Amino acid sequence: MSTAHPPQDRAGTPDAGDGHPDGAAPTRSRVTFRVNGEPADLTVDHRATLLDVLREDLGLTGAKKGCDHGQCGACTVLVDGRRANSCLLLAVAQDGAEVITIEGLAAGDELHPLQQAFLDRDAFQCGYCTSGQLCSAVGMFAEAAAGHPSHVTDPARPAGRGPVELTPAEIRERLSGNLCRCGAYPHIVAAVEDVTR
Amino acid sequence: MHSTRARVPAAPAPALGVATERIEGRDKVTGTARYAGEHARTPPDCAYAWPVPATVARGRVTAVDTAGALALPGTLAVLTPGTAPRLGESDDPTLAVLQDDAVPHRGWYVALAVAETLEDARAAAQAVRVTYATEPHDVTLTEDHPDAYRPEQAGGRPALRERGDAGGAFTAAPVRVDVTYRVPPLHNHPMEPHAAFARWDGEGDGAHLTVYDSSQGADPVRTALAALFRLPEDRITVVSEHVGGGFGSKGTPRPHVVLAAMAARHTGRPVKLALPRGHLAAVVGHRAPTIQRVRLGAEHDGTLTSLSHEVTTHTSRVKEFVEQAGLPARVMYASPHSLTDHHVVPLDVPTPSWMRAPGEAPGMYALESAMDELAGALGMDPIELRVRNEPATEPDSGLPFSSRGLLACLREGAHRFGWADRDPRPAARREGRWLTGTGVAAATYPVLVSPSTAAATARHDGGYDITVNATDIGTGARTVLAQIAADALGVAVGSVSIGIGSTRLPRAPLAGGSSGTASWGWAVHRACTRLAERLARHTGPLPAEGVTAVADTAEEAGRTPPFARHAFGAHFAEVQVDTGTGEVRVRRLLGVYAAGRILNPRTARSQFIGGMVMGLGMALTEHSTADPAFGGFAERDLASYHVPSNADVPDVDAHWIDEDDPHLNPMGSKGIGEIGIVGTPAAIGNAVHHATGVRFRELPLTPDRVLPALA
Repeated sequence: MSTAHPPQDRAGTPDAGDGHPDGAAPTRSRVTFRVNGEPADLTVDHRATLLDVLREDLGLTGAKKGCDHGQCGACTVLVDGRRANSCLLLAVAQDGAEVITIEGLAAGDELHPLQQAFLDRDAFQCGYCTSGQLCSAVGMFAEAAAGHPSHVTDPARPAGRGPVELTPAEIRERLSGNLCRCGAYPHIVAAVEDVTR
Repeated sequence: MHSTRARVPAAPAPALGVATERIEGRDKVTGTARYAGEHARTPPDCAYAWPVPATVARGRVTAVDTAGALALPGTLAVLTPGTAPRLGESDDPTLAVLQDDAVPHRGWYVALAVAETLEDARAAAQAVRVTYATEPHDVTLTEDHPDAYRPEQAGGRPALRERGDAGGAFTAAPVRVDVTYRVPPLHNHPMEPHAAFARWDGEGDGAHLTVYDSSQGADPVRTALAALFRLPEDRITVVSEHVGGGFGSKGTPRPHVVLAAMAARHTGRPVKLALPRGHLAAVVGHRAPTIQRVRLGAEHDGTLTSLSHEVTTHTSRVKEFVEQAGLPARVMYASPHSLTDHHVVPLDVPTPSWMRAPGEAPGMYALESAMDELAGALGMDPIELRVRNEPATEPDSGLPFSSRGLLACLREGAHRFGWADRDPRPAARREGRWLTGTGVAAATYPVLVSPSTAAATARHDGGYDITVNATDIGTGARTVLAQIAADALGVAVGSVSIGIGSTRLPRAPLAGGSSGTASWGWAVHRACTRLAERLARHTGPLPAEGVTAVADTAEEAGRTPPFARHAFGAHFAEVQVDTGTGEVRVRRLLGVYAAGRILNPRTARSQFIGGMVMGLGMALTEHSTADPAFGGFAERDLASYHVPSNADVPDVDAHWIDEDDPHLNPMGSKGIGEIGIVGTPAAIGNAVHHATGVRFRELPLTPDRVLPALA
């Protein structure tokens, strides 16, 4: 569950005004990317992750910080259509990226079918992993549709030959990067199946 | 707009018992539910705090060099034991942060950096240089540790209880099991790390502290802050609106909220503090490890003649906490002779605390595993063994049970699981490299309840406002309270608005001990019943401010009833063990519960299943290690502390039997938040024995333990 953006292509523009007086390298850069279809034009700390910029600078707190180490998946967002742990992406390297967060999943008041399925199946309790589960599952749909195999996909299946069917085993495997301490997994799988069936 | 109310409307269908959707569900699936660290839009002058943990296991701080940190851009302050504001007295010494130079365990906070941004705060914390005078430490629990002592209490009950002559009866018993089980330290690890936002408004006698805290109970947090910051409670507001799980680790105030309030006062800025995941193991509590010796003596027909459960556990040197693992043995089985005992060893470890079903979860792992061993020794079906020892009254107290559905759960579960077809022989089912087995274990959890207050208002516009400072940590508290209110008022659940999660609302106990619905619900029920009576007497339109009734259940909820009150359950597991790798995979997990009236089948099912998933983790993957070399816990992140992932969790099913118990509360409910974890580890362990023929007596059942035993 990772994105492979060449960092060089995504680096923002160093902020000329931010350099130290002694000529030290700038610590902030200007980046422009789109979040849920809206342009974001920001000067960001080079140390800031995409997750922290979403949460602290843009007020988009739907993406959650569970571990800050790419181990729990609560921060999962879609970057150029692919799911990514936003705690592992530096914001300065997202210049030009198209970011979709949980706040951008619904079409206005109309929930994404998967959001509705999570409600129908009670596929969460505390809700803290839910944004990540939803974004991750949406990313998973695209991966399966593109024929990407997983650990449980039959190795004999030729790669790139049409979509992979999202069986319960495939769903469990492909969503295992998103931890849920409330243990809602059986209901999460049922909700995903509701949408894929 | 005046509306003339029908005082006796046609009563809508009852709300309780209906699988009502979570009231806050839409907020959670759209990402708009705000948790403590993200409440409201961050004010522009908000600063960020980052604590500095001790890197030694025992000693004292001799110097804190803050120069490097203060020289970094953005640093506002570095608080140290020498410079931090002095706090008032607290009855919880884990909250006395930065008050002296003692280091009681690795990870104890020794400084706090405050800075303009999150990145600045993290860098400042890393730049703080702390010098220590270290002392030798001891973090290793052993059953014969010389410092072990018997505490007065374990979980609020006497540490030692003895009936008859357990030792003598055991020696005389024709069939005996004498086994020792071990459970390692375990970490709650809710998905939301503990976080707090704190803001001070006004000066002097007009100062008001507002805190958004990730807590299982805002009122206890306010009480603690009032003592620490020497403020009357009415000048503190604590909000815990949405909480990303707790499982006990947010049950009482934790150090982060004290540090956030301290930093905000010191800097004069609003301050946000979210603990890094890596700090949690040391500062928010853990389930203490237990070494449990169980001795069962029985007649050849399976009748128990002696039952002993002796527990050794650890606590910190900061305060005493005793994992009450011996308590369930006082409830479960009839035996004329019985001993349940606890010893605790103070070590240089972080302070343990509650983790889902403290006592019951590890205690029932040992007891129910030992019962399975006894069934094996007797050549008896493990369900039949439990039937044989079903008590007429609670063994320890002699009190009658208000209801006891254990056998009904075992029978219903056996039917659903297909237990009758089970071949009892161990290690008899091999398919290729896989060995298959099934296991059963009982579960129990006490019925707890605390006094609460609540208010109910009939609004002028025909709706109803219910307020109670309850906390929804994922249980669905809002929803079930609205259902309770609707039925007590005789109105549709949709006309009820529910307000929880703030000390501005009527005082209420924390979400813990599976007691929330009973405690808050009782007060809501009473307030709504009173309101309904008042409305029945009311004529004409309601006044603009509506009509309000309040309730306080101090008397009825505080009463000790002449009954033993517990929920019961039965867990069934099917596992496969990979003889090539030693990996254990759970294939099926079934729980059947007798927990009074189930008020909302949808959210109840999620709680039962969630508890079972956590029990699966306890059985197979979760463990922490008190590191003898460096002190502290070695597993401090979610890559090394393995909570179950989706791929670990198979077909999990939960059912319940109808139980009509008039001795509980007006709703007839028992708590359901914890019992799901209780029997699951033993059921899985017993299934592993059935699969392999090997009895493992230490959790978790990881391949490094299982594989060598299969050779």
